[in-house]
Amino acid sequence: MPDPILQVSELVKYFPVLSGVLFRRTVGQVKAVDGVSFDLMPGETLGVVGESGCGKSTLAQVLMRLEEPTSGTAFFEGRDMFKMRGPELRRLRRNIQIVLQDPYTSLNPRMTVGDIVGEPFEIHSEVAPKGSRGAKVRELLDVVGLNPEHINRYPHQFSGGQRQRIGIARALALRPKVIICDEAVSALDVSIQAQVMNLLGQLQGEFGLSYVFIAHDLSVVRHLSTRVAVMYLGKIVEIGTEDDIYAHPSHPYTQALLSAVPVADPALRGNRQIIRLEGDVPSPVDPPSGCRFRTRCWKVQDICAREEPALSIRAGGHLSACHFAEERSVVP
Amino acid sequence: MTDPNIAADLSHVGEVAPVTDPANGPHKPRSLWGDAWRQLRRKPLFLLSVFIILVVVVIAIAPGLFSSRAADFSDLNHANESPSADAWFGYDNQGYDVYARTIYGARASLLVGIFATLLTVLIGSIVGIIAGYYGRWIDSVLSRFGDIFAGLPFVLGAIVILTTFNPPDSHPGEVRIIAQVVGSISVLTWPVAMRIMRSATLVAKQLDYVKAARGLGASTSRIIFRHLLPNTIAPVLVYATIALGAAIGAEATLAYLGIGIRSPVVSWGVEISDARDYFQNVPHMLLFPAGFVTITVLAFVMLGDAVRQALDPKAR
Amino acid sequence: MQEMLNTEQETLLEIEDLHVEFRTSDGVANVLNGVGYNVRSGETLAILGESGSGKSVTAQTIMGILDMPPAVVTAGSIRFHGEELLTASANRRTEIRGDGIAMIFQDALSALNPVFTVGFQIEEQLRVRRGMTRREARQRAIELLDLVRIPAAKTRVKDYPHQFSGGMRQRAMIAMSLALDPELLIADEPTTALDVTVQVQIMELLAEIQAERHMGLILITHDLAVVAEVADRIAVMYAGRIVEQAEVAELFRAPGHPYTEALMNSIPRLDLKGQTLKTITGLPPSLLNIPPGCPFHPRCERAVDRCETERPEQHNIGFGRVSACHFAEEVVARA
Repeated sequence: MPDPILQVSELVKYFPVLSGVLFRRTVGQVKAVDGVSFDLMPGETLGVVGESGCGKSTLAQVLMRLEEPTSGTAFFEGRDMFKMRGPELRRLRRNIQIVLQDPYTSLNPRMTVGDIVGEPFEIHSEVAPKGSRGAKVRELLDVVGLNPEHINRYPHQFSGGQRQRIGIARALALRPKVIICDEAVSALDVSIQAQVMNLLGQLQGEFGLSYVFIAHDLSVVRHLSTRVAVMYLGKIVEIGTEDDIYAHPSHPYTQALLSAVPVADPALRGNRQIIRLEGDVPSPVDPPSGCRFRTRCWKVQDICAREEPALSIRAGGHLSACHFAEERSVVP
Repeated sequence: MTDPNIAADLSHVGEVAPVTDPANGPHKPRSLWGDAWRQLRRKPLFLLSVFIILVVVVIAIAPGLFSSRAADFSDLNHANESPSADAWFGYDNQGYDVYARTIYGARASLLVGIFATLLTVLIGSIVGIIAGYYGRWIDSVLSRFGDIFAGLPFVLGAIVILTTFNPPDSHPGEVRIIAQVVGSISVLTWPVAMRIMRSATLVAKQLDYVKAARGLGASTSRIIFRHLLPNTIAPVLVYATIALGAAIGAEATLAYLGIGIRSPVVSWGVEISDARDYFQNVPHMLLFPAGFVTITVLAFVMLGDAVRQALDPKAR
Repeated sequence: MQEMLNTEQETLLEIEDLHVEFRTSDGVANVLNGVGYNVRSGETLAILGESGSGKSVTAQTIMGILDMPPAVVTAGSIRFHGEELLTASANRRTEIRGDGIAMIFQDALSALNPVFTVGFQIEEQLRVRRGMTRREARQRAIELLDLVRIPAAKTRVKDYPHQFSGGMRQRAMIAMSLALDPELLIADEPTTALDVTVQVQIMELLAEIQAERHMGLILITHDLAVVAEVADRIAVMYAGRIVEQAEVAELFRAPGHPYTEALMNSIPRLDLKGQTLKTITGLPPSLLNIPPGCPFHPRCERAVDRCETERPEQHNIGFGRVSACHFAEEVVARA
């Protein structure tokens, strides 16, 4: 069995809550990511789902080293990512890239498309000698389905979906091994979403990419992912293959989440058992003791407050963090 | 993130093909600067203000073209005469030709305006970008530092600075006094430019394309010069145009107080100052230079307004 | 209060052949090109479309909140209980707003005024439009917040919008829209910005309120799945036109327009996995330059010459079903 390309272990990221006018003091911590561990195998797509505040975007930022982790490790091809500095960090950047959500702010409006897609080559000049860059940029534009003749246009002259393609071309330029898609299709129209999703799938095959696909749309994630991790309040509560999660979810939160997703079939109306969650998501500054989901869970018992359930193999044969994990099919 | 409101800008709505559709053949690339320029060209406000400013600049560069008499020309026989064919702006109480003085005074006023603004914007931008980009304690320190300067009342501060350099009744040379006035104005107004640049930087820093650049491994200087500055310069530019006008007004204020430019150097402020005791009997002594100051300041404000509108991508 | 026991479906709103243009510096955009639909009391009409389809503009025109200029209504009629709105006076339209027809938006944070408490924003309507005293209005505001299931309504009525979570804010906005007991509620993408677990709650709340008050509901959305779950009838919009109208079960069983069909094929479904999604090539047209004939023809697999020149009429393809396609019958039969 091949080695994982990415191994994340007990990743933690806290943001300080500051207070004070003249000189700010730390009065609390937002526990955005609180002990996340997973592996990413070469060529696979790991979907990461969760609702707002679960920490999935912070996870993306930390993996890209746009934020430094509070603790924890991540190994890329066996080497410790967070210890890298200088030239080694630069080389790492060539291997892990990101596609961001908002097509309207992810491209510098004052740079031409050619400049934007060519910038990776300017920063990492050793990858392509100066003369060949123009050709490489055109090739990238072509690969993502854009007209290479538009190399001198500005972002505002493109539609949202096209801008997203430009962002993908930029991420692809250095031939990374891993691309983190942070809600990469969420801001697109439905019919364009499909185009970009197909593009991502196709590129994965063509370039041997591994994706960490972060999204809140469960239908989209199911479509693209080999394995899926479900996050809640900074932790992974369940992780398994796409089939495990969607057809045999064992964690109550996953079940509730899946049951709430509308399905485009009116015949199912009234026949679906929607699990309704009580209350609001607790604040990440002060998460509940023990199992974080216990404040909204219908299975809650005393042990849930005392002991945090470990992410271990439970009912269904995949990793789940619930003392009372039980398989239950909720997707019709 | 959702698609922009359809009522705002149609060519940016979701997936709608933008106006420069490939199907319509090759189009010239339209940068935001190019678009802004195209828009500006059409605005009468912009054209008028540029015209006025250009005229003033030409007057400052080549006053000889406009006035056959030198600034120090004096004929006491004609003192206090109203405007006539001989002297278009009349004579002041010392027999100076007001028109000639006004023409020659443009240079000093304009020089103060331009250099004070340049210096203010330069200092303010550098400090602002550093504070905004690095944040945390650097930001705290620099912002507090700027607050100290911002807290000084302008006139009081200027008086203190200028009288320290030039004891009362001294008559410094032209270059020296202009440099000092420029310096005083800059020292007291740079925090404004700093704040503008700082907040623009704070906003720009959060934008996705900056994150993408960092993710690519871009160096700090590349991020600042390629990604932050081009997008933060717009508000500073707008401020600069207005500040120019304000600096000219400040020069007049300082001259009026007797601590700025003073004889033998002539500027609009000096003229206004000289007119202070004679205004009621010799109104033209005051009105013409004051009029020039007002019109010039207004022209810069109009320019700033037009530029701001053109550079605002949302107001398209 | 209206007659809540009236279970008969009366037609509340009729839109007929509505044309709206936007005058922009780049030219005239034909935002709405002959939009027409009806809504009855107690029914949920979903308007399905992507960006640029005109779904929100139609709603704004109904409410009279469109910026005119640059928008201009060039033709058509909007009748509420038979009364023509487009020619009504500004005062009359203000009267109807909130009282007859109310609207809720996608982003509660920008729809609610951040400097006033939620209570104030509800009470203001009651005091101004219903002449209630401060105490009466406060009482009613609390009742409304209770109705939308905001816990501890009595204290929360004094909170500001930013103190509510996303879902709660949406509920508060719903409460505000119900203050004057409107007969028709327009919901413009009410759950798009919400988490899916919250979305369920909000949609159920809307359904409950609607049933209780026998209210008409126009649900504007781009989400086919949401439509499948809550709508009675659907009108699909594209490039400022209604391309298809049908009852929901019928629409999903057998779409009657190539666009609807293509849309359905391009969405990933929660209960299906992994085929390549069939995408719609190209982009929606720029509204400044809508192609002649059928607006969808550049992207349609079935397009023939006729589609480029002749604008399709609304064809009847079943009981209460229409489709604006020259080949509507074939499309329906294919399913």
